[in-house]
Formats: sequence, structure tokens, C-alpha cells
Amino acid sequence: MSDHPFTHLDVLESEAIHIMREVAAECANPALLFSGGKDSIVMLRLAEKAFRPGRFPFPLVHIDTEHNFPEVIEFRDRRAKELGERLIVCSMEDSIKKGRVVLRSADQSRNPFQSITLLDAIADHKFDACIGGARRDEEKARAKERIFSFRDEFGQWDPKNQRPELWDIYNTRTHPGENIRVFPISNWTELDVWEYIGREQLEVPHIYFAHRREVIRRNAGLLPVCHLVQPKDGEKVEEVMVRFRTVGDMSCTCPVESDAADIAAIVAETAMTRITERGATRMDDQTSDASMELRKKEGYF
Amino acid sequence: MSVNESVPLEQAELLRFITAGSVDDGKSTLIGRLLHDSKSIFEDQLSAITNTTQKRGMTGVDLSLLTDGLQAEREQGITIDVAYRYFATPKRKFIIADTPGHEQYTRNMVTGASTANLAVILIDARKGVLTQSRRHAYLASLVGIPHIVVAVNKMDLVDYSQTVFDDIHKEFSAFANDLGLKNVEYIPMSALNGDMVVERGDNLPWYKGVTLMSLLEGVVIDHDINLDDFRFPVQWVCRPMTQELHDFRGYMGRIESGSIQVGDAVTLLPSGLTSRVKEVLVYEGPIEQASAPQSVTLTIEDHLDISRGDLLVKAEEAPRVTKEFDAMLCWLSEQPLDPQRKYLIKHTTRVVKAIVSSIDYRIDVNTLEQETVDTLKMNDIARVNFKVQQPLICDDYVRNHATGSFILIDESSNNTVAAGMISALKEK
Repeated sequence: MSDHPFTHLDVLESEAIHIMREVAAECANPALLFSGGKDSIVMLRLAEKAFRPGRFPFPLVHIDTEHNFPEVIEFRDRRAKELGERLIVCSMEDSIKKGRVVLRSADQSRNPFQSITLLDAIADHKFDACIGGARRDEEKARAKERIFSFRDEFGQWDPKNQRPELWDIYNTRTHPGENIRVFPISNWTELDVWEYIGREQLEVPHIYFAHRREVIRRNAGLLPVCHLVQPKDGEKVEEVMVRFRTVGDMSCTCPVESDAADIAAIVAETAMTRITERGATRMDDQTSDASMELRKKEGYF
Repeated sequence: MSVNESVPLEQAELLRFITAGSVDDGKSTLIGRLLHDSKSIFEDQLSAITNTTQKRGMTGVDLSLLTDGLQAEREQGITIDVAYRYFATPKRKFIIADTPGHEQYTRNMVTGASTANLAVILIDARKGVLTQSRRHAYLASLVGIPHIVVAVNKMDLVDYSQTVFDDIHKEFSAFANDLGLKNVEYIPMSALNGDMVVERGDNLPWYKGVTLMSLLEGVVIDHDINLDDFRFPVQWVCRPMTQELHDFRGYMGRIESGSIQVGDAVTLLPSGLTSRVKEVLVYEGPIEQASAPQSVTLTIEDHLDISRGDLLVKAEEAPRVTKEFDAMLCWLSEQPLDPQRKYLIKHTTRVVKAIVSSIDYRIDVNTLEQETVDTLKMNDIARVNFKVQQPLICDDYVRNHATGSFILIDESSNNTVAAGMISALKEK
């Protein structure tokens, strides 16, 4: 018997490993969604802990909006190669070519259309379970979602018709065409994720650390200047010390002002922050009180 | 009040708790107060609920809105059974399973309670111990929540009277004793004014105990899991079949209870074959010993045929292997039990076909009286006899939650229809 009590990270880690192994054992054709962001970097380490010395019993899948930060894409490819695991990139460009995604303008946020590309990928590859790095502390719709979140054949989440989830006995059964989204780090907070990255000494893309970047101020947030985001009339470009708390579509992911240059500083800053992760960084979630809920019902992660 | 030493964040323990009470008991206000006074509410959340408070024509900040529902819930007038909330103090990390108090209460509370270390049972000081308080206490005892806190709330509305508190304490204690509930603590409080939640406040000088937050931070939880009986359900067999690991067979799973060391004699169930532990492996490398709740990989000395669904135990601590057993069953589905049908039981990592051979009785959760019934409806709790096609390897739920619990699945809809807790095992 161990003399020291297990820490919250030990307990959360073991819970996540247990969940991943349940998926591998009970689902016929699972996939691990990997974007190169911090949550999915944690997911990769958990998958290593769950399955080494064996190979992962699922491929890595990235739903690529092609509006991602180039550093993150480089990191994604390198990490998959280092692990020796299969990476499947499902491009939104293909969904646009097929006419499944119709954009109003070339530079609009592509986040809302990720669901379509994800659903196409699920159908093309016949995935019956997609493991993802979403957390319940992110948003109130997620707070009410199960670890094993059942989706119908249209990929839709029905909040009022969720399977009861008791103890840690998971019901993984699906009918053909249906799908389960599985969230092994449901019970982690943003701070837990950074503490774990620190404890495990995981590499993360350098845009998570403070750096000087050209930004413009829009809708009470900062937007990174890039080919998708250019100053409008009356907006001026400033160079500011910033870091990203999340990485997603460049046109709607806002950096925060920060001088946290290493993991320890990010952990300290996260412990002190007074604004939620999505509130600070995602313009698409500020559209309405129920944005995330609506997107999830349409098949979003 | 004792001053709790803070610990480095990454070494903090995790406490999971549930709040039991109806809307009128001030449950949402209490959760809001815990989050607010522990500075766990973010500015954007606070501004959102301030806006909503104003939109509804009220002033100030209604903390109960923090636990407000989804658009789907408002539109359809339904309540989703459980929402999870997270907060941390310098001492501990917390997960609250927040279950709505009104409809389908039994089902919701059992779901939330199944993973909880502790339950906060709210009692309105003006109303005293009600039928529903007894129901909450019964459900807490049924699911075996190790620690109970009775929060006597709304003390501000009874002039912070010690007599009122003492009477409730006395009445509830008698009932808790009958149920065999241990580790019950009582705290008078006003969640509205913040007395005895995080801060002591000035209104309850006669109360010498700790605040709710101090109690949550200090309660000892590392003995909540069974530390005696080694139980290792095999989840996944790792066979890399690479050149250097050609003959490697690792049995992967989570230690549900007890502990294991290299060299320990183990028995494989249901076959009964024995061997010794060769290695205990984690990602970082081999370790000498491991204990619950660690997820590990075991290798053993002999070549046994081991697959998912098997259970490794220590030779001297055997569970029962049985095809017939009794269980307390909580029915969760709108579709009632059809005693003619076969269902699936998922127990540890095993899935077996099962039939209900008889229903001994249904419990009236308000009076605890036993009733004779021939089917079960949503929110019913009953003692039921099961027969299963393949044996289960199980313990009494009271002794071991992990090997004593199961879910019942409807094979045609794939829904989870009931939750079961194994009680006395019958001789086969």
C-alpha cells in the first residue's frame, strides 16, 4: 500500500487511461482527434501511457480548417512522426470542393464548419468513436455532457436524451451509423492541463508562450494580424507581448496579453486568471449565450 | 478555526462531492456561494449572470444563476440530470456533481452519488427534517457515500437559533443511525449571507465547528477505497509482437482496490489458474508495487490464457464467482422493466446476458417500507434476483464498490436502463 495519497493529477490521469482502454477494447473503429493544441498534446501522452509498449489502437485524426497557425501544423506533423503513429488529415478544403461547406467569404471563421468535415470524416472512415480533448470546465454545455457522449446518425447531440453514466462503467454500444464522442479529460481544468504539461515536460507549440506579435483590438479582444485578419478602417496595428490560451482558427482565436515565457509562469498565470479560457480567446463563443450548445447539437465536438 | 496549510497545487488531492436538496433549500445559492467566496467565478461568468439578473428585472447578482441550465432545458422545461462544476482552493481540487432537485430525483441523485466521496444534504432550517431529507439520507446510504455533511441552511430566517439547529441535529442523527450512516457532520449556515460556508461570519458565535469549506478541504478520503482486496479487471491485452518484444504479453487495467507487488501470487478468475506477478509496468518503466486507483500493466510468470473480462486477484482474497445473485437495482429508464426480457449486464470489464428471476420488493424511498411489485418504473429502487448466462466475479457492494456495481443495458435500444449494487450472493 502506498503511504502517500495520490494527487489530483494521478487520479485524473488514471481515470483518462482507463477511459481510453475501454474505448480501444469495446469500440470497433475508434480515432483520436489531434489538433496540435495543448489539450490534444495531453491526450497523446495519456495514449502513450495507456498503450505503450504497444502501438495506439487508433489513428490520429486532424480536422484541418486550413486556417491554422503554421507553427501548430508543423508541430502536429512532427509529433505524429516522433510517435510513429498514423495521422489522417481531413481537410475542410475537400468539404468545400464537394460543396458540403459553403463559405460567405474567403476569410470568415471556419470553426462553425468543422462539424461538417468531422462528420464527413466519420462517415468516410466509419469511425464509431472519436476520442477528443474537450473539458467540462470550458463551457456550460460541456458541463452537462457525458464522458461517453452518444451522437445519432446525423452526428447530433441531444442534451435531454443522454445515457446515465454511473461509477466508471461506460456503455459504449452503438447501432451502425451512430457514433460516440469520448472525452477522457472531461474532469480536467485548464490549470490541470498546464500542471500536467509541466509535470510530464511535454513540448507545446511556442505560440503558447509569451512573444511579441502584431495584433489589432476588435470587440474587446486582441486578434493576431495575418493573411486572414487585416486592420479595418480606424483599427491600428500594435505590437504587444501576448500568448495564446487556445489555438484554433486564426481568424477567431485571440491571444491574451502576457509575459509568461515558460510552463511555470503559465501555471501561475492560469491559477490567477479571472477570465474563462473561451471567454478570453474565442470570438465564436461570444456570439450568444448558447453558441456552444447550438454548435454541439449540429455535430460539433 | 484551524488554519489549513496550503500545498503545492500539483500535489493537491481531488474531492468529488454531491449536493442533495430541492430548489427551495437554496442549493444553487450554496454552490454559487462556494464558487464565489473561493474566488472560482471568472469575470466573464460574473458579468454574464449580472446581465441575466438585470434582464429578469432584479438587482445585484443572483448567484443561483451560475448553475442555470441550457437553452434546451429552458425551451423544453426539462432538467438535465447532472452538471459537473470545478473549483480549487490552495488545499484541494473539487468536483461538484450538481443534480437538480425536483423531477426524477432518485435517478439523478444515484447517478451523481455513484462517484462521490461526500454528500452535502441541505435542510431548510425553517422546515426541519422532511420526508425528502430522509430520502436523501437513504439514497446516500444505498450508494455508500463515505462522508455526509448535513447543511442546515437558511439559519438567517430562524434568527440563527441554536435550538432550531440542535433539534434538527437530533432528529436527523436518529434517522442516520437507523440507516447505519457513519461520518455524519452537521453545520448551521446561511448560504445567502455567506455564514459558515467559506467565511465564518458573525452570526453563529455559538457554533464551534468548522466551516463547510474547511470540512471539504480537510476530510480524509484516502481510505475511501478498499485497500485490502486486490482486484484487477483486465481491460486490454498488450501484444506488440515487434522484434524486441516478440513474446511480450502485458495485461493492462486499473487496480480497482488493494495493491500488488512483484512476486505476489495471483489467481485468475473465473478459471482459477494461478501464477506470480513478474513485472508491474507503467509508462516510465518497471515499479516494485502499485495500488488503487493506479492504471498499470502486469506481466506474469506463466503463460496463461488471459483476456478482457478476466479478473486477477490475490490468492487469499478471493471474490465470489456466481451465476445468481441479489442486487439493489435503481431503475433509470422511462421504459419499465420487462421481466420476460433478457438484458445485458456490464460489470467491471465483463458484459453478460441477464434475466431478472424475481423482484423481492420495492422500497418506498420516503417511508422505507417494502412493497410487492411485478415490474419496475423509472426512479424505483428494488431488491432483485438476477440470473446471468456467464458468471460474474463479484464482491458485495458494501465491501467493494468497483466489483459490486453494474449497469443494465437494453440490448435493442442500447440504453442504460438501470444501475445495480450487488448485495448478498446466493450459493449456487
